[in-house]
Amino acid sequence: MRLSRLVSAALLTVASVALVACGRSSSSSTSTTASTTATAAACSKAALKTHAPGTLTVATDKPAYPPYFENEKPANGKGFESAVAYGIAKNLGYAPADVKWVTEPFNSSYAPGPKNFDFDVNQISITPQRAKAVDFSAPYFEAPQALVALKSSDAAKATSLADLQNTQLGVQIGTTSLTAVNDIIKPSKQAKVFDNSNDVVTALKQKQVDAVVVDLPTAFYLTAAQVPTATIVGQFPVPGGDKWGALLAKGSPLTACISKAVSELKTSGELAKINQQWLGAAAGAPKLG
Amino acid sequence: MVTPGEDRKAVRAEAKRRSARRSATIATVSTIVVIGGLLAFMVTRPGWSNVHQLFFNWDEFKKAFPQVLKAFVIDMKLFVIVEICVLAFGLIVALTRTSVHPVLAPGRLLALLYVDLLRGIPTILVVYLIGFGVPALAIAGVPTDPLVLGGIALGLSYGAYVSEVYRSGLQTVHPSQRMAALSVGLTHLQSLRFVVLPQAIRNVRAPLLNDFISLQKDVALVAILGPQEAYRIAQIIQGEDFNYTPLLAAALLYFAVTFPLARILDRMNRRDPAQMALAVR
Repeated sequence: MRLSRLVSAALLTVASVALVACGRSSSSSTSTTASTTATAAACSKAALKTHAPGTLTVATDKPAYPPYFENEKPANGKGFESAVAYGIAKNLGYAPADVKWVTEPFNSSYAPGPKNFDFDVNQISITPQRAKAVDFSAPYFEAPQALVALKSSDAAKATSLADLQNTQLGVQIGTTSLTAVNDIIKPSKQAKVFDNSNDVVTALKQKQVDAVVVDLPTAFYLTAAQVPTATIVGQFPVPGGDKWGALLAKGSPLTACISKAVSELKTSGELAKINQQWLGAAAGAPKLG
Repeated sequence: MVTPGEDRKAVRAEAKRRSARRSATIATVSTIVVIGGLLAFMVTRPGWSNVHQLFFNWDEFKKAFPQVLKAFVIDMKLFVIVEICVLAFGLIVALTRTSVHPVLAPGRLLALLYVDLLRGIPTILVVYLIGFGVPALAIAGVPTDPLVLGGIALGLSYGAYVSEVYRSGLQTVHPSQRMAALSVGLTHLQSLRFVVLPQAIRNVRAPLLNDFISLQKDVALVAILGPQEAYRIAQIIQGEDFNYTPLLAAALLYFAVTFPLARILDRMNRRDPAQMALAVR
């Protein structure tokens, strides 16, 4: 009797607080990707309110994979995303020595609260849903998806996505590849979803999955260096495109400037050069209909 | 006609009722103040609207819950199968460890090694090592299904804990019980089956149930091997939407199953406080 009264009193408290909380939710309505209307003066090194004054703090996950980073050292400027980050820094007036790298796991990059980086480059796809939680810069890359299968498997003989109906697929969690599998391939066997790309590669090597779906540049690295017995079966686009952007804290004062830097890298042809240097091989894979 | 004795009884009962009512009121008020205060503190923090948006998002919850619930069936099936195996396997290990026959000496050594080793390794590592290690051996006929391998890993890990619970139960039965059983003409097996085990298991029901609850939550660990069970589905939606609410939906489901079990355990312990100590490991 006493217990039940106590419980109901506690529930009432919870319910009333929850009501108060619900009443507030409408205030946090959100805008999508920030528009690029930053002036050159506002984006100078002196004017930027960075995490550490005078330093551009850039984050990525660990391990950092090729071809986006080389030798697990983001600070060496090698690899596509490392080069993009240094390109952005240069555009904003930061010398390479002013760029500091920190490790930010993908799953905590969008956690609420203060961030310990200015922007995060980690092959993060821009979606309207995600833009409710974080800011994205203008996209610096657009990737098609690719199917990689062991040369000995049936999946290696596929010529269309329909041929993959009965394939046991493997993908990494939190990736567009997973969305592509669920929305486009729709296999009859539920895809296996792994924590990181190492596990995806291991599962493919050990034949725990028949084929894996990754973005095209990753596919080239995977088949060339990690699993030589595997082959790129083909590439296919994701509806709406898979655009990667730098991730920033929601409402970050830097978003417009980072976007402006990316846009300028694009128009100057610098971005295309970086792309060609690090992802140049990612062309000419057969297309899967 | 009211006798003085009855009158005093009534007065005493009334006083007891009043005191009970007063402590109930105090308990209620104190609960409201403490819990309400904590909640009020939380919702008045400057970051609360962010937390509310990212962890307690009703739209996200509505979207995630049905999918997570559907996937939760996998967890429940795995849990029931593994639990049955663990109860049987743990008993075998415990009986081996407590056996005295010299021919079983290597068995005792193996059981000891097994228990020490598996209790010393985090369950998530056991799941990972078996889930990715066994397929690497490429032995013909050995399953590579992540649910089977994950189940085996959980079974091995929990088998070690549960065998220790059984062992402590077996030790609570006084040796004279077995002697008495043997002296009335029961065989060794019969004395075990009809005299020792019933008492031993009854004495450790509570700690057994405790491991039962623990396993019910730990089935989520097989997610790292790839199957799309409840926790993994929640993580998938979390990564798609950059919102942590789906994890809350999963947490609620695990809680819904463990909560009644925890209440039963609590009642069992209240009936026999001596068992409380055994439930703690």
